[in-house]
Amino acid sequence: MRHILLKAVILLAVAALGLSACAQPTAAPEPTEAPPPPAQATSEEPVATAEAMLEPVTLTLGFTSSLTGSQNVASVRQNNGLALLINQINDAGGFQVGESTLVSFDSVTYDDESNKDRVQELYTRLATEDNADFMISPYSSGLADAAAVIAEQYGKIMITTGAASDSTYMLGYTGVYQTYTPASRYLVGSVDQLLSLDPSLTKVALVHENDKFSTDVVTAAKDYAEAQGLEVVLFEGYDTGTADFGPFINKIVAAAPDALLGGGHFADGEIFARQLSEKGVSLKYISLLVAPPEPDFAQLGEAAFGIIGPSQWEPQAEYSPEAAAAAGVEWFGPTVTEFVDAYVAAFNEEPSYHSAGGYAAGLILQKAMIDAGTSDPEALKAALDAMDILTFYGRITFNTTAEAHGLQIGHSMVYIQWQKDAAGALEKQVVWPPEGATADAIYPIR
Amino acid sequence: MAEMLLPSLVDGLLLGFVFGIAAMGLSLIWGVMNVINLSHGPIIALGMFGVYLSFTHLGLNPYLALILVAIGGLLVGVLIYAVAVHRVLNAPHLSTLLATFAVNMIIIGLGTAAFTVSPYNVDFTLGSLTLGPIRVPLSRLAAALAALMVTGVLYLFLNRSRPGKYIRAVANNRAAAELMGIPSARVLALSFGLGTMLAAIAGGLIATFFPFTILSGGGYELRSFVIVVLGGLGNPLGALFGGLILGTLEGVIPVFTVTTWVPVFEFVLFVLLLLVRPTGLFGRRR
Repeated sequence: MRHILLKAVILLAVAALGLSACAQPTAAPEPTEAPPPPAQATSEEPVATAEAMLEPVTLTLGFTSSLTGSQNVASVRQNNGLALLINQINDAGGFQVGESTLVSFDSVTYDDESNKDRVQELYTRLATEDNADFMISPYSSGLADAAAVIAEQYGKIMITTGAASDSTYMLGYTGVYQTYTPASRYLVGSVDQLLSLDPSLTKVALVHENDKFSTDVVTAAKDYAEAQGLEVVLFEGYDTGTADFGPFINKIVAAAPDALLGGGHFADGEIFARQLSEKGVSLKYISLLVAPPEPDFAQLGEAAFGIIGPSQWEPQAEYSPEAAAAAGVEWFGPTVTEFVDAYVAAFNEEPSYHSAGGYAAGLILQKAMIDAGTSDPEALKAALDAMDILTFYGRITFNTTAEAHGLQIGHSMVYIQWQKDAAGALEKQVVWPPEGATADAIYPIR
Repeated sequence: MAEMLLPSLVDGLLLGFVFGIAAMGLSLIWGVMNVINLSHGPIIALGMFGVYLSFTHLGLNPYLALILVAIGGLLVGVLIYAVAVHRVLNAPHLSTLLATFAVNMIIIGLGTAAFTVSPYNVDFTLGSLTLGPIRVPLSRLAAALAALMVTGVLYLFLNRSRPGKYIRAVANNRAAAELMGIPSARVLALSFGLGTMLAAIAGGLIATFFPFTILSGGGYELRSFVIVVLGGLGNPLGALFGGLILGTLEGVIPVFTVTTWVPVFEFVLFVLLLLVRPTGLFGRRR
């Protein structure tokens, strides 16, 4: 008996050792083809010059990606966008910073498994063992929150992307800067669009994943909707990892809203949309977070038709050097077309807004170094605080007050809807705001 | 609220059939050999992946893939019994718990290495059926019918076939069965295999309408524990009824409160049953 127990304990210990030995840092993923350096349309040239006096410096970007786990889909795309920028800079030989430095980037990255505890362990490792010079956040507000604490603790500048929660920037951090439009503004445009499409509409349902980002979004949306005179007939959350939305959907049906807003992340958003369709829920307007703007959402087929999603960016976006000039704002980086073409060439897929966010995060850091003329963190912070630019991704400028330092205040959401082209295939169209729309919204959808 | 009750009840009952099949596997193993199989959850997950891989790589209809999943579940169970359970069968319960827990960790470790913890989805739909105020996804209806069919086959097997009678004899009195010439070791291996087969089938059915990861079996394993206590340890048919009760609760509770309270009610029921009627609603006194 004792020797059987001993054998069992030894087996367990060996298994545990074997599994722990499997944790290895992952190399930053390489694109399938080396993309061409984008043509820069500004007077500032962030590419290498041929001057021999420039001292080459390699700075390390540290970040984690959710290569596995529930955030996998969006995180991989974010990672691809960042990798594209890094490769473009390095393939061009770097970019000039100040009078004498040619900066290129190295990256150290790990799989955080979509797990908050792993994020904290890994960002500590990036700061203390890997000596990352700067950090980029993981995807999702929850994970970015966990990483931002570490970045601030170790005095590392962190550009967050894939992270929209407002509250991260209300904790007194001085070195954390947000790329995404904040959560508090995610669904505001949906409410505006809804009232524009149907001023007589009165009842909306707001549902959300019980996580930081989704809760922040719908709480702000609820306040805004009620301020616009709408009645919120259902306001309820579901646990992260929920697979059966049946009971939830029955509640939605019973509440009889005209419109449904909310959701969570990609996995649950996709399943929620599928089960809404299976149950034949009759809603005039459905706007879900995160999932609809992803190209993979079209795999749902008919269940995807008519679904609207707020997006940080779309390939049809109208940002351009001319628009920057008209707005009196500096333009920086590739054009929308240049970014899309480079991304498609590198990864053989259309970029999502997660991809654009990843690229934009690196672009922000690059621009800050060019403006500061140095990679000194304090000078970079001043440059980031002063930044007001237009990029392919949209406008970038940060809140510099003590209450919300680093919060993104320049960037705006666009809203896409899955419609059908002439051949009956699903395609995304930008349907809001009107000045950026590529098609009229389909309303009602069911 | 009344208009929510009927659809919620139907949803819960349909799901309850599948929960019941999963729990039947756990209950069968306990009833025959007094072993609580802590690898029950990962085997449910393996059933999910079995259907997924058959659908995506072999192009098999998920319901036809269940045949492969059933055979695989049976063989995996016999293997687990032979390697991990047989030698500790007569040892105290802690040994069998540890042994099956070790199998649990091995399956999860290997499964994570192979599939990561990313969610997977069998992209297959049968459409929906509208009956008055109720709209039922046909995949859930199909799963419930499959669960009923499996229950019927299991009942016939246990009561009308020679191996089934051997299983019941060994469950009743192993020593006496051996004296009658019944190869008890093989019968126990078969019983364990049948239990894991049922778990794998349940996993395969769940995969036809829910997404899953390698860790998804854990939630259904916990439900199975509640169900076998509800239905009575060692009573497979009781487990099916227990599944229906639990499925109904999961469907109906959200009508009256937020969905996040469902596990609270489930496990309060679990504790109450252990205190008041530990043999379960349909269990035999031991």
